[in-house]
Amino acid sequence: MGKKLNNALNASMRNPLNADRRTDRFVGIVLLAVLYIVLFLLDNFLPQTSFTLMMIPVLKKGAIYSLLCVSMNLLNGFTGLFSLGQAGFMLLGAYTYAIFSIPESQHEAVYQYFGGGAVRFSFSEAIGSVLGANAGSWLGAIIAIIIAGLVAAGFAALIGIPVLRLKSDYLAIATLGFAEIIRAVFQWEGLGVITNGSNLLRKYTSFSNMKIGSLSFATLFPFLIVTVCIALIVLLINSSYGRAFKAIRDDEVAAEAMGINLFRHKMLSFVISSFFAGVGGALLAMYQTTIQAAAFKTAMTYEILLMVVIGGIGSISGSCIAAFLYTACNEWWLRFLDSGHLGSLSVPFFRDGFRKVIFSIIIMVIVLFFSRGIMGDRELSFTGLMKRRKAKKTAQPEERGSENA
Amino acid sequence: MSDFLSANLPYILTGISVGGQYALIAIGYTMVYGILRLINFAHGDVFMVAGLVMIYTTASLPMYISIPIVLIATVLLGFLIERVAYKPLRSAPRMSVMISAIGVSYLLQNCALYFTGGLPQTYPSIPWLSSSVTIWNATTKMVTIVTPILTIVLVFALAAMIKYTKIGMAMRAVSKDFETSQLMGIKINSVISFTFIVGCFLAAVGSLLYFTNYQSVIPTSGAMPGLKAFVAAVFGGIGSIPGAVIGAFLIGICENIIKGLGLTTFSDAFTFVLLIVILMVKPTGIFGEKATDKV
Amino acid sequence: MPEERTVLQVEHVTMQFGGVVAVNDLNLTVPEDKIIALIGPNGAGKTTAFNCITGVYQPTNGIVSFMGKPIVVAHPTGKMKKTYKGTNADLYRHRRVIDPTPDEVTALGIARTFQNIRLWKSMTVFENVLIAKHMRAKQNVFSATFRGNAKEERRMRDETMALLKEQQLDKFADELATSLPYGLQRRLEIARALATDPKLLLLDEPAAGMNPQETQELAEFIHEIRERHKLTVFLIEHHMDLVMRISDYIHVIDFGSEIAQGVPKEIQTNQHVIDAYLGVAEDE
Repeated sequence: MGKKLNNALNASMRNPLNADRRTDRFVGIVLLAVLYIVLFLLDNFLPQTSFTLMMIPVLKKGAIYSLLCVSMNLLNGFTGLFSLGQAGFMLLGAYTYAIFSIPESQHEAVYQYFGGGAVRFSFSEAIGSVLGANAGSWLGAIIAIIIAGLVAAGFAALIGIPVLRLKSDYLAIATLGFAEIIRAVFQWEGLGVITNGSNLLRKYTSFSNMKIGSLSFATLFPFLIVTVCIALIVLLINSSYGRAFKAIRDDEVAAEAMGINLFRHKMLSFVISSFFAGVGGALLAMYQTTIQAAAFKTAMTYEILLMVVIGGIGSISGSCIAAFLYTACNEWWLRFLDSGHLGSLSVPFFRDGFRKVIFSIIIMVIVLFFSRGIMGDRELSFTGLMKRRKAKKTAQPEERGSENA
Repeated sequence: MSDFLSANLPYILTGISVGGQYALIAIGYTMVYGILRLINFAHGDVFMVAGLVMIYTTASLPMYISIPIVLIATVLLGFLIERVAYKPLRSAPRMSVMISAIGVSYLLQNCALYFTGGLPQTYPSIPWLSSSVTIWNATTKMVTIVTPILTIVLVFALAAMIKYTKIGMAMRAVSKDFETSQLMGIKINSVISFTFIVGCFLAAVGSLLYFTNYQSVIPTSGAMPGLKAFVAAVFGGIGSIPGAVIGAFLIGICENIIKGLGLTTFSDAFTFVLLIVILMVKPTGIFGEKATDKV
Repeated sequence: MPEERTVLQVEHVTMQFGGVVAVNDLNLTVPEDKIIALIGPNGAGKTTAFNCITGVYQPTNGIVSFMGKPIVVAHPTGKMKKTYKGTNADLYRHRRVIDPTPDEVTALGIARTFQNIRLWKSMTVFENVLIAKHMRAKQNVFSATFRGNAKEERRMRDETMALLKEQQLDKFADELATSLPYGLQRRLEIARALATDPKLLLLDEPAAGMNPQETQELAEFIHEIRERHKLTVFLIEHHMDLVMRISDYIHVIDFGSEIAQGVPKEIQTNQHVIDAYLGVAEDE
């Protein structure tokens, strides 16, 4: 099966860059394997230091945000649809996941104001009772994550019918509006038996439940899900459909004249992007261990959009790099700006919130002066890097020569 | 009927008042959109900053000085935002400008967070505006009565300006055809700056009235009123000032009646339902003009 | 022309924007294997007529048929009932309106090019043609994502390469479409249209901006692709040279209405045309 798929992949790439692509894929797989091993070791065997305590949450959150950014990039960067509904689809995913993952025994505690809630079914528990607790957590979580994605995608299909006929900025404001409506509905006490109203959902399966025997997969699990999802998106983008999306982005009129059904393709992109936003939302719920509809504000969408811009609109690898950078700066590297001192020096204006100010200034600088972001619309690749290095090496002597002259 | 009125009068009064405040913000959106085709996502945050400036200036200055300072500072902020964040992107794709607007909004909110330390700041009570009055057994603040009147006066003043002054004519020309008016010798940049100045001035007035009602300012205070005002502008037909005003009053009133019915969770969502309905039924809004693209 | 099959038939097509009648009561027939031209001065309504045929605009009134089947049917509705200024307002009142989208028209076998070249800017020459093959592919989004369509994908790529070779664009395959010189961009647009397997090719001012030599080459090129792809060609043109050389039959419109039709010789000597059009063209 794997070999057949591989052959098919190779066959589909009939152009002169074929060899480069194969090298890139090989290097990518090796690096990914190394990453998985490192994460696995990090979860189980490496000693916990203050360094790893800071780094592990950043890694998890960075991975989740990578997926969210890539899913937004699929829509905004590759299909050219400026949608601001991401937070709404994440909310749908997060809630769907949580609702189907709270164990029976915890219902009374979680839904204390709503008589224990209406949905008293947890995939993890149901499977766990047959196959054992560990298998239950894994399969239950994966099934619930997929359902989370499907719910988000289904809802996208519904609202896509009116919304996708709108032009750029109207589309943005309409999707934003839908996200706000979803947020209000989920906070409504009338649906409390399902959504727990404006209260928290908690006690559902989280990353720390991901174990095999005594081995923990708390960090590796989100990476596994995210890499599978991003790989799927990359495959889609490099397929005939991905090319059609890009055609729509570049010139809608021409795309339509060449037989591409605008509505169908926009809908496809919107639904797929929302599916992965839902999956991202579910992972975020797992990461946070508690969720509340009030947190899924428009600001969340803006944040993801800004990450996409930093990484480069239309670049998958850019989105991933930006997601990790953003998370690391936000939660780790720039923390000192809030701490009140620099090293041993006391700096009075380094107080709470200063980090965010600096952060937003950096973002504005990127938006205004480096609007292509880190990657532009190119992708990071091993062979590409090698070629650049080579080009630099050959270019350097010439530069020196011209200086002398 | 009279039962309904007496039970809901406070809500309707608040609705009219809030509607007037939304209208003052909505004009800023609709004018900027009319000229630049840009949803100025930062406009709501400018409104919030105006509230904060008022709080900080009244801490050390008397009211009659701090109010003009608020107006001037807000206008300056609007002018600066346009020059720094939008002007360099004049020829960039529309999406970039919108992203820049979102970036400015993010920056303003984070700066506000830094200065306030995240704590809600209490808005000073403006002497006469905060005093109570009673109409038909409903007790309310003076501001509730003043807002709609002031809004209407300002809107008429604005309409007169757009109709009869030279800069008003230039604004109309630019909103009809950006490139041609440039060729005709209209100084585009000063027209755009002027648009931002007028929009921010009205937003500052709106913030004086709005926060007198709500009494506290937090960094995200501007986001929701901003979005609602924008919806009002879309509802009325973006680019149309009377449309924005009518839309704003409608949203203000409906939202408060919904609150009166005990469905507070949906008061915000209602605005967006209205938005989606209008976009589906008549995407150009009630007073909007239809534009066709050339192939 | 009794025995020839009709590919495209336009009957009483009128397009009114607000109070302006851009095309008025246009009637024309495009027989199989012929090259038919629609000419007229700037702003005469030629491109609007194209847009009515290809589904970009919904005409106000009239019928367009392709291979004997109606593909566009329209009559004045709503407000237009009162403000309609064209003729034959009631002719199609009882017909069901057919308002296809451009992609549906393309799927039937009508491909077009644009007056102001509309290539996909961020993509290579190869990709520009390859995307046009998307419409005819049988894959679905799952088979495409999981590469279950490898055979089809390979066929599409091979056909694209063959098409590029045929148009002598193969050596530019991996260059950005917009980096090509102007004349080649036009040719690429035609190649892209051919990739949708059309029976009828609509060319919107294919010689615009070309020098005499390029125009000459274009004329040969159009003949060549017509032979090779068994095409019927319907073109809008400004260049009299080109039109007179390659067209079998010419329709002339001015201010939205037809003022003359005939074979090139007749048009060249037609006084109406000379008055309305040729005088203007010679000034250029």
